[in-house]
Amino acid sequence: MTTHATGRTLGSTLGRPPLALVLPGALAAALLVVPLVTLVLDTPWGSFLDQLGTRAVRDALRLTALASAITVVVCVALGTPLAWLLARVDFPGRTLLRAAVAVPLVLPPVVAGVALVTALGRNGLVGSLLRDATGWTIPYTTTAVVIAHTFVSMPFYVLSVEGALRASGERYDVVAATLGADRWTTFRRVTLPLAMPGVIAGAILAWARSLGEFGATITFAGNYPGTTQTMPSLIYQALQSDPEVARTLSMILLVVSVATLAALRNRWLTTP
Amino acid sequence: MRVPVKIATLAALSLLLPLAACGGDDESSQDRTITVLAAASLTGTFTDLADRFERDHPGVTVKLAFDSSATLAQQAVDGAPADVLATADTATMDSAEPALDGDPEVFATNTMVLVTPADNPAGISGFDDLDRGDVTYVACVDTAPCGKVAAALFADNDLTTHPASLEVDVKAVLAKVTSDEADAGFVYATDAVAAGGDVETLEIPHAADEITPYPIATLAQSEDGALAQEFVDLVTGTTGQQVLADAGFGKP
Amino acid sequence: MADDTVTGPSPGGPGLVADLRVPGRLDARVTAVPGEVVAVIGPNGAGKTTMLRALAGLVELEGSVEVDGASWTDPPRLVRERSLGFVFQDQSLFPHLSALDNVAFGLRSRGVARARAAATAHEWLDRFGIDDLAGRRPHELSGGQAQRVAIARALAPAPSLLLLDEPFAGLDVGVATALRLELARHLASYDGIALLVTHDALDALTLADTVLVLDGGRVAQTGTPHDVAARPRTDHVARLVGLNVIRDDDSFRSFSPSAVTVSLAQPEGSARHRWHGTVLSAAPHGDAVRLLVGADRELIADVTPAATAELGLVPGRAVWLSVKETAVQTYALGPT
Repeated sequence: MTTHATGRTLGSTLGRPPLALVLPGALAAALLVVPLVTLVLDTPWGSFLDQLGTRAVRDALRLTALASAITVVVCVALGTPLAWLLARVDFPGRTLLRAAVAVPLVLPPVVAGVALVTALGRNGLVGSLLRDATGWTIPYTTTAVVIAHTFVSMPFYVLSVEGALRASGERYDVVAATLGADRWTTFRRVTLPLAMPGVIAGAILAWARSLGEFGATITFAGNYPGTTQTMPSLIYQALQSDPEVARTLSMILLVVSVATLAALRNRWLTTP
Repeated sequence: MRVPVKIATLAALSLLLPLAACGGDDESSQDRTITVLAAASLTGTFTDLADRFERDHPGVTVKLAFDSSATLAQQAVDGAPADVLATADTATMDSAEPALDGDPEVFATNTMVLVTPADNPAGISGFDDLDRGDVTYVACVDTAPCGKVAAALFADNDLTTHPASLEVDVKAVLAKVTSDEADAGFVYATDAVAAGGDVETLEIPHAADEITPYPIATLAQSEDGALAQEFVDLVTGTTGQQVLADAGFGKP
Repeated sequence: MADDTVTGPSPGGPGLVADLRVPGRLDARVTAVPGEVVAVIGPNGAGKTTMLRALAGLVELEGSVEVDGASWTDPPRLVRERSLGFVFQDQSLFPHLSALDNVAFGLRSRGVARARAAATAHEWLDRFGIDDLAGRRPHELSGGQAQRVAIARALAPAPSLLLLDEPFAGLDVGVATALRLELARHLASYDGIALLVTHDALDALTLADTVLVLDGGRVAQTGTPHDVAARPRTDHVARLVGLNVIRDDDSFRSFSPSAVTVSLAQPEGSARHRWHGTVLSAAPHGDAVRLLVGADRELIADVTPAATAELGLVPGRAVWLSVKETAVQTYALGPT
């Protein structure tokens, strides 16, 4: 409450916001908002429910929800330790590893898919070993979808959590050590709780990236209804034949994501 | 609230103005340019034909845009600055009808074949092997022209298994096969020819029943209709037909 | 409290024997017997905090630390394996844990069951009179309350060594005074060794059995608070205890500011100690006015407000200072 009051007073006493900030800011906002608004306006809402009812859409929605949920779980389970190592342990090649972790951020998703094929494809370095040893191949399975999603989403999560770990600093780790806590206890009881805002932000970023993931998935995992066809793949495919259907499907994805985000927000993000 | 909305509108307009200014500039250039939108499967042949066309018409530049037929048709309808449209099926050409200048003409056909990697790891000797159950094969998604043909062939041959993946275009199918990520794939005869020694080609029963026609047409938005028509004539003429035949296309 | 610190601990026996060398920052030997409270004083940058961090294992150390007969340095012990409590200058309470969980943290880390740790933590909060705040998070506590929690947290696991880094810094004077009295009580009943870094003479005089004066990373003086206050060997301590100290070749001379006579004309007579200089500052000090005078060294002198007005003792004024021989204490420059 006090913050609001202060904000208002300052706003009026410090003068009008300068045009040099207002104009570019408004331009940025327009660029972000206008296409969204036109997409909403352009959506054939009459067919919204019809589309939602089709088998292909329900399969793709189910798979997208499943893959993005598992992706977030994998990111948290594996990405948190990686972020901790990067933030807290001084090992040779740390700088190099941190740079490598960020690479998928700038990699075109299709290239990410190709990279995954070279590693985990039927004839990939790891994939062929796996195939020889177990007869099992990863491509064309839901597992492959999750791997592709994790590959592109993990950097968002790791960088977010690493940032939070660095921001909270080693200070409390030191305090915990003087109180006799080993590093694992310190991580569980001090480091992780203090980095929780970064963990939540990172999980949401990873989830959002996973929802929209398309290029790496279709290149590495393939595209088949029910097993590997996610919403973005379905949308891209629809775009090839019927752009109107594609717009409806995009809107379904948008509505579902926004609704989920709103639900999560009410559940977790409002209580600090 | 009112002021920001006004500013946003102004900002949005200021974005559009420079674009509008760009539109009419082309007249000043003396060199003539035509833009050809062509289905991705025409990449090799149309690049070759465009070179010949430029050689025969000094001062003329042919710009080529290759993409899926549906995307190109949509672009043509949306008024993309282009002169000629060539698609890989008649349905997408029909969908571009509002943008067409005159009737489309079929200039080539394509048939579907089955390709395997050169070393044929799954040991496929005929189409029936796809039903063995242990063969990983891929085809186009049935919303793409190549997928429609593939789906028809699945039905014609009473195939009981399904593809491991439905790729968005035929290049993706071929890539899966040449990289050994799939044991077999449904591609056009022209793709098999282009892939050369990387693949082994097998005929598909009833493929002759599912021939894909390639139509070509000049576009209404063309600013140089005569030149556009000359390019179409090159494609449908003797030279064009020879180049297409060399690439594995069938006669119209 | 130990009355006699001269004896010191014997190697291998109970107590602290430490030889702390941090290249470029610290080269100091410190010893203490169980129950002893050592105040570490010295100017900024003298190495006070470094000394605490070296004992805790938080900085790379050459030399040795032995506590109750066991070496912490050979083989080196991890920080968490050292039986110590550290009270940080900024409290460093875990912001996400309640006061109770903060205090219970050290016990839980050392394997005490949850319920027992909570009970012990409650006892400690109760001893500091803040058990009613057990459920509060650090941001809901005042500075004094937070520092009480921090001290309780350090003491709860009953460490052999308690390290306090300026525990009253940043607190209001009233709060600091109350907390100082409380801490004195807790230290009296604490049977480990406490090292208290402070910049406040009052802390050293009221809490410590022994005062260790650090200067430039070296021990300049150790002794009882009375000893150090009466015969300071560094300007810093002299200033802290409000004495003028002059170091000669082989001895120190010290005298109280109230023994200084201030005059405008050069004093005549028998005064052996006299200086000419200018007033640098004048500030109320109790009932008197304390002058800081810049002569060949800085000296302090207490004069009455009446004299201040009469002589016009404002900064910039040239004055003569003199001290009677009988008011000057001379002591030898002993080994540090």
